[in-house]
Amino acid sequence: MSGASIYASRRAGSLYIAPFAIGFLLFTAFPFIASFILSLTDARLQDQLGDAHFIGWHNYAGMWADATFRKSLGVTFFYVFVTVPLKLAFALLIAVVLNFKLRGIGLFRTAFYLPSILGGSVAIAVVWRFVFASDGLVNQFLHGAGFGGINWLGEPSTAMFSIILLRLWQFGSAMVVFLAGLKAIPEDLYEAADLDGASRLRQFWMITLPLLTPVLFFNFIMQIVQAFQEFNGPYIITGGGPMKSTYLLPLMIYEEAFKYFNLGYSSALSWVLFVIIALFTALAFWSQRFWVFYAQERSDKGGH
Amino acid sequence: MNTSRVILDQVTKSFSGHDVIKGVSLEVKKGELVVFVGPSGCGKSTLLRLIAGLETPTSGRIEIAGENVTYAHPSKRGVAMVFQSYALYPHMTVEDNIGFALRIKGMPRAEIKLKVRAVAETLQLGHLLHRLPKALSGGQRQRVAIGRAMVREPDVFLFDEPLSNLDASLRGQMRVEIAGLHARLGATSVYVTHDQVEAMTLADKIVVLNGGRIEQAGPPMELYRRPANLFVATFIGSPGMNILPVTLAGADRDQVTVNTTQGPITLPRVNARVVAGAEASLGLRPESLSLTTAGQGQLSGYVNLIERLGGETFAYVALKGFEAPPIIVRLDGEVDLRVHDEVHLAIDGQRAHLFGADGLALGHAPDTKERD
Ligand SMILES: Nc1ncnc2c1ncn2[C@@H]1O[C@H](COP(=O)(O)OP(=O)(O)O)[C@@H](O)[C@H]1O
Ligand SMILES: [Mg+2]
Repeated sequence: MSGASIYASRRAGSLYIAPFAIGFLLFTAFPFIASFILSLTDARLQDQLGDAHFIGWHNYAGMWADATFRKSLGVTFFYVFVTVPLKLAFALLIAVVLNFKLRGIGLFRTAFYLPSILGGSVAIAVVWRFVFASDGLVNQFLHGAGFGGINWLGEPSTAMFSIILLRLWQFGSAMVVFLAGLKAIPEDLYEAADLDGASRLRQFWMITLPLLTPVLFFNFIMQIVQAFQEFNGPYIITGGGPMKSTYLLPLMIYEEAFKYFNLGYSSALSWVLFVIIALFTALAFWSQRFWVFYAQERSDKGGH
Repeated sequence: MNTSRVILDQVTKSFSGHDVIKGVSLEVKKGELVVFVGPSGCGKSTLLRLIAGLETPTSGRIEIAGENVTYAHPSKRGVAMVFQSYALYPHMTVEDNIGFALRIKGMPRAEIKLKVRAVAETLQLGHLLHRLPKALSGGQRQRVAIGRAMVREPDVFLFDEPLSNLDASLRGQMRVEIAGLHARLGATSVYVTHDQVEAMTLADKIVVLNGGRIEQAGPPMELYRRPANLFVATFIGSPGMNILPVTLAGADRDQVTVNTTQGPITLPRVNARVVAGAEASLGLRPESLSLTTAGQGQLSGYVNLIERLGGETFAYVALKGFEAPPIIVRLDGEVDLRVHDEVHLAIDGQRAHLFGADGLALGHAPDTKERD
């Protein structure tokens, strides 16, 4: 009888984890493996998968000769290297300001977090397109102020600027994490520094920032991963243009598959993006020891 | 010359309408170690933080080294503070922690190194200079915190319960070290604690705080001998003073008689204003009671509990006819006594205390004059 009940509870247990297990296998593990296999073929979206031929590393080998890929890669790196530091700095600045003890600061915290809830959505990207359109809000404002309008989305540099701005606009989640990190720094460290005559600025550089590095590290990883995967902005606002100036890799992957039907090549591009993100993340983890300070000895490293 | 380092004049502090410090005036003389003692929440830390400049008084005036610093920035007061939590910078080595203030001042690195080393040697931290705080024991962290204050050579040291995070044996040891340090440096210090033993052993002057007010201030033994009120009487001393409810019977020029459920007791007492029939409290310290034979002594009862500490023994005696909890009597370590024994107690009248219904001391024994 006990054997039967163990059997029954196992089945019940399996049932409980089934939704996750099925979801993971179907939507994560399967695409992960399938895309890698596809990347080694010349599969095309409109053909039967059975018609595809195994072509080894050909998709990968040919990539560097593809001018569009080189352009897209360059644009992607530029986008990531500009947005990640800017966004982190901006999020940290706002977090520091919102950490001041002022009357009604809770209201401001909410207000500043709102853009982030909206920021990543398609709807805001659409709004952004109207804001920066040639007769959009920004230009109307410029006209009103007596300046000529700028063709924001028509010029390579300003088009990039507008999708970068969209990313910075979503500083909220990083900010909330910073804010939590700031709150975790004991107040008396600042009081001690006050007594020692350290200015607010020096307190920031000598106390806040070093103690915030674990949080900074976390945000850095999150931002790197997210920035490399940015899709909505270029897809909706600029369509990757003009002249591929905002053609980020995720958009290229999407278009190769669903516009040009090169399923195999697109899969190979996804894998390249995956490896790039993995490399940067690994690099960040490795670099931790040089700049991240953990106040508590981590238990997994053993004490002394 | 003004020998006062710190003067508080009618200082009050309220937090959003809630009065925490209700008018405190006191004086800390140069080289003196003054201890603020009182129960948790009575405003000790707040008062210390007012002196440090970490809080601004609601009203009143604060003077340090002859200057009005009521609204001055903490760094402009010549004070250094040792925090209860130590407040060490976790990412800095012991050396950087101690040298922090000097670095902020812009002192040359070589000079900082020398000063830090000197302070570290004084505190036996010399071999730990390159460690991070997390690699130090509680006592070592405590010393780093003190070193950080010392290196600044301040006019006034402020300590906020510096020993409360240490275990009992280390606390005793650090207490001795702090006393030694104070004796050597002769630095003006204000020391906050809720532990009356720390207060008694360290202080040149004790300030007993309660509910944001000073109950009494004075040298430790003066507070012990002549507590101004019931609060101080029961707060200072360990084990605490026994309090018995009595009624006043009458007074002569140099003695007072009280009625108890065990009959009248007469105590030598001067300057007592007595209203016959009024309620009062008789205060008896454990050491001012002694065993005597039947028919002698003023009180009798039964032993409830015996605590033998080796050198001394505390007997808890339930007095006949008293509603009050058992009183504690301090006896010799080797005393021959068992639970349930009947005991007769003699009161040392010179050391007995009497408090009126308002809690204030009623006169004092003739030989316990204030000593200055
Ligand atoms: N910043 C503050 N805001 C509001 N109330 C405070 C603040 N600091 C202290 N208090 C209150 O003041 C009272 C005294 O606090 P404190 O001085 O820390 O007591 P102690 O150090 O004697 O234990 C407490 O009731 C505490 O809640
Ligand atoms: Mg306190």
